[in-house]
Amino acid sequence: MNYWRVPLDINKIEIPHGDVQIDVEQCKGCEFCVEYCPRDVLELSTDFNRKGYHYPNVLKHNACVNCTLCEMICPEFAIFVVEGKPINPDVNDVLKKEAKV
Amino acid sequence: MSEISAPTTSTLKIPQAPDKLQHPMTDFLRTERLPHIWCSTCGIGTVITAFIAGLQKSGLDRNKVSVVSGIGCSGRAAGYLRLDSFHSTHGRAVPFATGLALGNPELKVVVISGDGDIAAIGGNHFIHAARRNMNLTIICINNFNYAMTGGQAGPTTPEEANASTAPFGAYEFPFNLPYLAESSGAVYVARWTALHIRRTTKSIAEALLKPGFSFIEVVSPCPTLYARRNRLGSGLDLMRFYHNSAKIQHGADTRDIDIDYQKEIVVGKFIDKEKPDFYTNRDQFLSKKLGDKYIPYRGPNGH
Repeated sequence: MNYWRVPLDINKIEIPHGDVQIDVEQCKGCEFCVEYCPRDVLELSTDFNRKGYHYPNVLKHNACVNCTLCEMICPEFAIFVVEGKPINPDVNDVLKKEAKV
Repeated sequence: MSEISAPTTSTLKIPQAPDKLQHPMTDFLRTERLPHIWCSTCGIGTVITAFIAGLQKSGLDRNKVSVVSGIGCSGRAAGYLRLDSFHSTHGRAVPFATGLALGNPELKVVVISGDGDIAAIGGNHFIHAARRNMNLTIICINNFNYAMTGGQAGPTTPEEANASTAPFGAYEFPFNLPYLAESSGAVYVARWTALHIRRTTKSIAEALLKPGFSFIEVVSPCPTLYARRNRLGSGLDLMRFYHNSAKIQHGADTRDIDIDYQKEIVVGKFIDKEKPDFYTNRDQFLSKKLGDKYIPYRGPNGH
């Protein structure tokens, strides 16, 4: 997120977080989840599952915001998101980004 | 003797790994049949996910929901859903569902089937169920051909699209399904693609709660036949195509929303109108004619 200043309610903001669960053996490697994840959490693995498909891997675990789009778009019922503990944004992180701008 | 105790019912439960997390839709799926037969990058599974999510969103009692499907790739949908689901004969999903709805008016009957099943073989049943404003929700998964039998041209194959029975391209005029549904008398008509997953879910939830004949067309990629024969890439490429060329236009005139080959697809909720549904209409008319002699049928459980 890019802020032009530190938000006044930075201590109250909670970013939702989800744990992506992948059932590797159900996957048929369609890549819908990898393509349409709005936070680019997933990548396609180079490994194969038992049926010979490349399955998704979680690349950026912390970036997931529990939008469940992957769960909805998966035609195989192979991926789902479990709601995790919300993440409080780090003030230093926000400032660092602000300095860059 | 006291050391051996008779097995209690709790020991007869199916053993499950205690720490394994389950997909939230497992409850609605016949998991013993999964993985399903649909090809990689096919959109039917996505539509089924949207249906389950829409059913959960609508808040209907799952014991009073029944799913009927016909023959074809999407005809398998009923078999994978852990509801009262029926797999009927080719094209006869709508009359089967009509019978089910008449026999038990408490049920919400949903037909999930393909374009070949609903618009071609069952086309006559479809228009007459719409004419009666029968209490059905029809989800028509349109993949533009008869995919299960080898990619023959069907009533929705766009002009110029190649099919196994149209090697030089189809030259017949295709059906415009929302227009057909509207002109036959449907009270709720929408069209989405397999990519518009949230909107499809919302539409399905609305249609399930709408009394009368509701129709949702979902355009879905067919990677193995339609895309391969037309050299359109995989289902993912078709999803990208929907992303770029689907145009949301709520309330659009259904006469203008033909789907041309690889051209813009107009999606949205086109019709949402009020009209007495079959039961209301029947009961009103017959009580007017017969007075107290008429006792409306309320199903096997209630009066």
